[in-house]
Amino acid sequence: MSKRFVLTFVLVVAGGLFAPVFAQAQGAEPVNLEIAKWSIITAGFALGIAAGLAALGQGKAVSSAAEAIARNPGAAGDVRGALILGLVLIESLVIYVLLISLLLFFFKPFGG
Amino acid sequence: MEKLEHPLWIVDLVNAVLGPPVKAVLEALGFHIKAEHGTVIPNYLVMVMLIVAVLTVLSLIIRSRLSVENPGRLQIVFEDGLTALLNLLEEWIGPKGRDFLPLIGTFGIFILCGNYMGLVPGLMAPTSNINVTLGCALTTWVYYHFQGIKAQGIVSYAKHFAMPPGSPAALAPLMLIIEVISHLSRVMSLSLRLFGNIFGEEMVILILFTLIPFFIPLPMMFLGLVTGGLQAFIFVLLSIIYLQGAVAVEHHEDEHGHDAPSGHQAPAAA
Repeated sequence: MSKRFVLTFVLVVAGGLFAPVFAQAQGAEPVNLEIAKWSIITAGFALGIAAGLAALGQGKAVSSAAEAIARNPGAAGDVRGALILGLVLIESLVIYVLLISLLLFFFKPFGG
Repeated sequence: MEKLEHPLWIVDLVNAVLGPPVKAVLEALGFHIKAEHGTVIPNYLVMVMLIVAVLTVLSLIIRSRLSVENPGRLQIVFEDGLTALLNLLEEWIGPKGRDFLPLIGTFGIFILCGNYMGLVPGLMAPTSNINVTLGCALTTWVYYHFQGIKAQGIVSYAKHFAMPPGSPAALAPLMLIIEVISHLSRVMSLSLRLFGNIFGEEMVILILFTLIPFFIPLPMMFLGLVTGGLQAFIFVLLSIIYLQGAVAVEHHEDEHGHDAPSGHQAPAAA
């Protein structure tokens, strides 16, 4: 066990040694004003639509879970587990849209 | 908003100490490091090394003070966490769940510490960088495929892709395409969910700091505590679910997949 641990540790450290090769910075893109304007507007709208629809979906999930707990309090632990999992999966869709919006706002791939 | 990052003193310290040897080794191997202002080792890697060092020291301290009759407080805390994780594993996967405890437990502790480091001044959350979260997601993905092949054999495992139990054989080509795409999307979803939550949280706190620096970011940082813990729990839970999908199918040919949570008691989650 100790030899395997030492071998794994050495491999992990050697693997981490190569991280600086990939951590190089990228350059900036040329400016295109029309696309830059529209990318900002699109990012705002996309996030608004995503957040609204996700709120609808999560509201339905919470209401079903509350009703299920009220109907069968013995299964509250299982229902709570399913509720948390469902809420996080719905929210992760909004997080994907948030990432695109952050990309368009701050890392400005189209200039502006 | 142009300079989103400022140099942290611990990153500068590690780069001053370990930067030149690492750079020399890599350039001897043929890679050219174009490092701006001296950061050969990126800041997230320094944070990851810090987590590894602190957790190793903590574990060694606890191991040297283990006692059955008279456990200390730290031992009780760790035993509680370990019992909760083992209950979760055995509820979803069954008695074979205990074999997966090392990797799943490591992910849980690593991601929890990584998320909370973002709230400490002078440190940065390593999980707010896509490299770290993609590394965790790819490791989970490779691990559960490897465990599935080890448990079922490669032919039976590949057949499980094309024909999940309960679907007619005529749909096999379509099911294969759908299953492959859904498995590939699991990597993306695992990594982007964690990255987006932590990076977005950090960005919101940053923006609030530039607007009203004094007390207003505090509720957002409290929300960062909640979402940090929740995201670590969700990463662990999804890894367990993927493992269950890969490993636990070979016994039950009549009921597909989830033998949870119908019969077993859920752990004390709240």
